[in-house]
Amino acid sequence: MALVLNEEQIMLKDSAAGFLAEKAAVPQLRALRDSGSETTFDAAVWREMVEMGWASIAIPEAFGGLGYGYTGLGLVLEQVGRHLSNSPLESAVLVSATLINELGSEAQKQQWLPAIAAGETQFSLALQEGAHHNPQQLATTARREGEGYVLNGSKVLVLDAPSAQQFLVVAMLEGSEGPSVFAVPADAAGLTVESRAMVDSRAAGALMLDNVSVGADALVGEAGAAGPALERTLDIANIGLAAELLGLSVEAFERTVAYLQERKQFGRIIGSFQGLQHRAAELFAELELARSIVLKALQAIDEGADNLPLLASAAKAKLCEVAQRASNEAVQMHGGIGMTDECEIGFFIKRARVAQHTFGDYNYHLDRFAQLGGF
Amino acid sequence: MSELEQFRAETRAWLEANCPQSMRTPARGFEDIYNGGRKPEIDHPDQKVWCDRMAERGWTVPTWPKEYGGGGLNKEEAKVLAQEMARISARRPLDSFGISMLGPALLQFGSEEQKKEHLPPIARGEIRWCQGYSEPNAGSDLASLATRAEDQGDHYLINGQKVWTSYADKADWIFCLVRTDSSGSKHEGISFVLFDMDQPGVTVKPIKLISGSSPFCETFFDDAKALKKNLIGEEGKGWTIAKYLLTHEREMISGFGTMSRESLGQRAAKIVGADASGRLANGVLRQNIAQYQLDAMVFGYTMARIGDEAKAGQGLGPASSIFKYYGTELNKRRNELNLAVQGEVALGWDGDVYDGGQLSRDWLRSKGNSIEGGTTEVQLNIIAKRVLGLPDA
Repeated sequence: MALVLNEEQIMLKDSAAGFLAEKAAVPQLRALRDSGSETTFDAAVWREMVEMGWASIAIPEAFGGLGYGYTGLGLVLEQVGRHLSNSPLESAVLVSATLINELGSEAQKQQWLPAIAAGETQFSLALQEGAHHNPQQLATTARREGEGYVLNGSKVLVLDAPSAQQFLVVAMLEGSEGPSVFAVPADAAGLTVESRAMVDSRAAGALMLDNVSVGADALVGEAGAAGPALERTLDIANIGLAAELLGLSVEAFERTVAYLQERKQFGRIIGSFQGLQHRAAELFAELELARSIVLKALQAIDEGADNLPLLASAAKAKLCEVAQRASNEAVQMHGGIGMTDECEIGFFIKRARVAQHTFGDYNYHLDRFAQLGGF
Repeated sequence: MSELEQFRAETRAWLEANCPQSMRTPARGFEDIYNGGRKPEIDHPDQKVWCDRMAERGWTVPTWPKEYGGGGLNKEEAKVLAQEMARISARRPLDSFGISMLGPALLQFGSEEQKKEHLPPIARGEIRWCQGYSEPNAGSDLASLATRAEDQGDHYLINGQKVWTSYADKADWIFCLVRTDSSGSKHEGISFVLFDMDQPGVTVKPIKLISGSSPFCETFFDDAKALKKNLIGEEGKGWTIAKYLLTHEREMISGFGTMSRESLGQRAAKIVGADASGRLANGVLRQNIAQYQLDAMVFGYTMARIGDEAKAGQGLGPASSIFKYYGTELNKRRNELNLAVQGEVALGWDGDVYDGGQLSRDWLRSKGNSIEGGTTEVQLNIIAKRVLGLPDA
């Protein structure tokens, strides 16, 4: 497929940009943060996003979605990155709907996907357990009891946990080699959801599962068989996060270049100094590279490309590297003002690090890229 | 059968009948490609046969118009020809600066008479060209060039010196930037002229590089003569043509970064060793190679994206300005890593055991990629000013 956007995609991108700039940009994020609310997104704005069809973009038409594919969702996520717009679009749609679609039985898809597309039920994936993303090492367990299952363990970095109604908990079922996924309602007995405020002013949560009983229908797909679907979901999630990081990095860069064009020191516009010009030019080149791998990886999802794992790790690793550099340079080139809370640039570096870390950081994905590349 | 399929069938049959067997092996390097000229270097007699047969059909320059010795093919047909040549591993019959650089410039800026005079001999491989651009004091700052051209009525008298003139010792004619006026700004008063190298006022001296012998030369003009009818474009407006050709050259050099076919990481795992899970045993080297391979892959997609955007009519965006800078820096990284991976073998300079020092010579030669055709620093200046709109110092 040609590495270009078609007209429909450009329209979607432009309409997302316009909406988010007005309704869910940095001033709104700041206001939500300062309100001290546990829910760190605006539910009314999220409702509007759902009405515009954003929650259904990548869900197949058979299950109440638009079947428009991940390239479209990625374009919206890039705009989300530009404006640091918080909503359950990633936790519920990009990650949870994808996992249900990849793993769930026909009946489960019929039950849950239309509810996600309509914004009625908010799911979130509960995967990470330690300080780092490490899906190969799971300590959370499940055992069969009666018709159902009993879960024990703990999870961290469960995105939007305080507002989620259902958790997709990844656990090792006794007697299985591979992981299993269970849908656990937020109000299940024995489940404690601890809200944790993160540096990016978004809410994540820690889950404690203490003998949580669920029914037989809570098992998503087949027992012990979630591995491949989980891997594909994580690849898609990382490509979506890379799209967000692209928007974030480009926005931070453009704001920085604008600052270089107006700030004066030593009687000169500081953007005239070659020491800053070359750093900005190098960063521009990196951002152009970043844009290419994000588009390539998004298209690979929709095409069902065989090398999706390699492209996903390439996209996430590259965008982690570029976002780190862009956000660090943004603060440095803004100078003292860049260190103040009043300046919006600080919000970008904070969100960048959380998005980088989520589902595997630069080190994780560069290592995986090398391994998939045969060395 | 569609017209294009008809064309494919005919092309395939013609190539089968006319491409000599000896020309059906991929070229191992630039030296395997025939360059033509009045004093051609012929490694194999079939080179000339192959070139003549292709030139007769205009297929040495398939997309040039027929009246100038080209094949008059459209893009789809040219693609079919390239595919059919690749199918039998046929070498390009002819390559020269005339084809890659002067030809496109003449097609764009030359008069009808100039095109008729100069393009057909390029297409037939009869005249080999070199490019007279850089001077000892006009490298990165090319527009400050000082080679003078004095108006003598029907011709110019040329005095001065060029440097880094690739293959000047083998070329028949030169396309040259000269100063016809030094009263205005440095970008004005530059003219683009063509003249014969085979005259008493032209002296050529090859340059030896840190990598050994090279195609580069110093070229001296002492009352060399250029006929006025060979002035391309208007007098004093040669900078426009120079810029057009520099863009062309930068795209060619940036292609160097993507020439590697083999994964460096896999080769390193064999040479340096791997652990039980197949990971390259030296973690530091592994990380360096992974970073390089990631960037090389993403750069490849970037070139593809810019090409696709141009085809979709979205124009050659600002991203094209990063090609020269990024491609050459990548090639330097690849060569440094190659040295690190191959170890002792890559440090040889001569003899069969070191393949004539190919690895070390390639490594050294790559250092010039980010200097020739506009240094990395000049490219970054261009991006900062023209793309990002940052002010002059």
